[in-house]
Amino acid sequence: MSEDGKDINIKVEDSATTESQETPPKKEVSSFRLVATLAIAGALAGLLIVSVNQHTKPIIDKYKAEQLQIAVYEVLPGAEHYNTFYLVNDELSLTLPENAKESEYKRIYVGYDASGKVNGVAISRGEPGFQDIVQVIFGFDPSSGKLSGMKILDSKETPGLGDKIFKDMAFVEQFFAGPETPLLGVKIGAGKGQPNEIDMITGATISSKVVIRIINHALEEWTPVIDKGIPPAPTSSTETSVDTLADQEAPQ
Amino acid sequence: MNDQSLFSILFSAMVVNNFTLAMFLGLCPFMGVSARVETALRMGLGNIFVLVLTAISAWFLNTYILETAPYLRIISFIIVIASLVQIVEMAIKKLSPTLFRQLGIFLPLMTTNCAILGLAIFQTNRGYDFLQGLTFAIGAGLGLTLALVLMASIRETVEFSDVPNIARGTGLVLIIAGTLSMAFMGFAGLL
Amino acid sequence: MRTTTPSQDFIRGIWNENPVLIQMLGLCPALAVTNSVANALAMSAATFFVICCSSILISAFKQFIPSEVRISAYILVIATFVTLADMLLQAYAPAQHKELGAFIALIVVNCMILGRQEAFSAKNNVFRSLLDAMGTGIGFTIALVMMGGFREMLGTGSFLGVSLFGPNFEPWVIMVLPAGGFLTLGFILLAMGYFEQRKKAKEALTAEASS
Repeated sequence: MSEDGKDINIKVEDSATTESQETPPKKEVSSFRLVATLAIAGALAGLLIVSVNQHTKPIIDKYKAEQLQIAVYEVLPGAEHYNTFYLVNDELSLTLPENAKESEYKRIYVGYDASGKVNGVAISRGEPGFQDIVQVIFGFDPSSGKLSGMKILDSKETPGLGDKIFKDMAFVEQFFAGPETPLLGVKIGAGKGQPNEIDMITGATISSKVVIRIINHALEEWTPVIDKGIPPAPTSSTETSVDTLADQEAPQ
Repeated sequence: MNDQSLFSILFSAMVVNNFTLAMFLGLCPFMGVSARVETALRMGLGNIFVLVLTAISAWFLNTYILETAPYLRIISFIIVIASLVQIVEMAIKKLSPTLFRQLGIFLPLMTTNCAILGLAIFQTNRGYDFLQGLTFAIGAGLGLTLALVLMASIRETVEFSDVPNIARGTGLVLIIAGTLSMAFMGFAGLL
Repeated sequence: MRTTTPSQDFIRGIWNENPVLIQMLGLCPALAVTNSVANALAMSAATFFVICCSSILISAFKQFIPSEVRISAYILVIATFVTLADMLLQAYAPAQHKELGAFIALIVVNCMILGRQEAFSAKNNVFRSLLDAMGTGIGFTIALVMMGGFREMLGTGSFLGVSLFGPNFEPWVIMVLPAGGFLTLGFILLAMGYFEQRKKAKEALTAEASS
């Protein structure tokens, strides 16, 4: 091990070849040497990470944007195009204030049909379920208050039981059949046939209730804001691209 | 942005999603320390202390530095944790040499305790703010201590039982842990 | 200088000194992500990548790392490769990345990797260190896939997503839950202890017989 502090400033490959073969007596290693080693190691590490990040970030962002897009179109059947609206000062806004951090703003996705009319609003929300947080995105029509679809974005519910909230198609399809809101969860067979009833999954009533609760809470939060009016925005897909979407973060 | 209430975070981390029995964090001390209730208690309390400090540091890092360089998260967290453990070790050595001797090797081992780094990462992923992060750390620490103490008291009793030779040691600890984990599953759905 | 041969360095990590089953290191990931074989493989691959790259780098630069800061330096190197693994996994296998979640980052505190650097890479050349790392990585993979296979087969009736027992199999859901992880590893260790005991008894008998 070379005791010459100057070695650190030479490229490491050169030092390896010019090192002598004798082992000098063990001396106290200077603090400078200790700090310098770690600093150089840190710098090299940083360099490596940044270069790989440059390469992978666009791929990751594009994937996230695509997943979001797929989810929104799934819960808003009939939508040809959608825009993201942020909650700014209790109102919907297409744009964020100057220097705002995008991840701190709640947002919803407004879908437009082929003729440019608003055909639905998709909202994503997460709340604790039986195990950890369940993230749900659902679509609804503000004019009629009926749901148009639901998709579980993230769930760690019990495999075989709670995970039926996205595996049990009979349960999921109820949300696509236009139930009225606010939703009411009922055990299978105990319902009165009301238009806002959702049959809960047998053996997974807690997870089912969580999904229903999330949707109802989201509607409580957003209906007053939506009723204030949806600002005009680009209504056809030729005016936005996936690259713009890639700048947006995944739903909170 | 996280709307979870403080109570639900505390209770969830402590019992429902117990760090050791449900999230598999903090297993090295769990296997190694848990033969005596007293040691287990001390280890647990030491962990709570380090966890709280970690939660605070993680929050600072996340809010002020890592916004611009999120990919440096893992490195900065582990460096901070290693330094924290070093500082705590030195502090305990000065303030209470007896405690230091009793904890022995376990203090520096806290650097590689997955629970500490795990806490920082979960806190980041769930977007907890300062107070939520703090509650999370306390809940997690209490849960860890609870698991450690339970395991230790069971092991103390089992030591006097007739356990077949092949089961002695880690095999038995794991099976006890499995049973404990099943018991804790009963708490799920309380929230 | 070590007195072991290169092939010994490689093979010993695979079974005799298996990091999970014999040395009891790396338990957190072993229990947490083995609820399916796919997850076990993904975690093993990521860990394999980290341990090999770290061993190569640390062995190559061992002369430049002063002893006082060696642990910090090792952790820095390991953390770098874990970050890289995390980014690459997120870009090229996003579904797996979501399943493994925080546990990819926790590879940093996997005592197995740090242990190999301290015990081997810091004292041996790059080639030997790589063999040692690969052997350990393969041993880790074997342990994880064993647990993952056991838990997935009993817990969901499938292997790598392919249903084995048909639709009438009532899965033992507990197996894919945390409790199942503990129990599976516990029983595997019990089984190993049993075979070890029998082997010792046989050896004792043959020793008696020949004496």
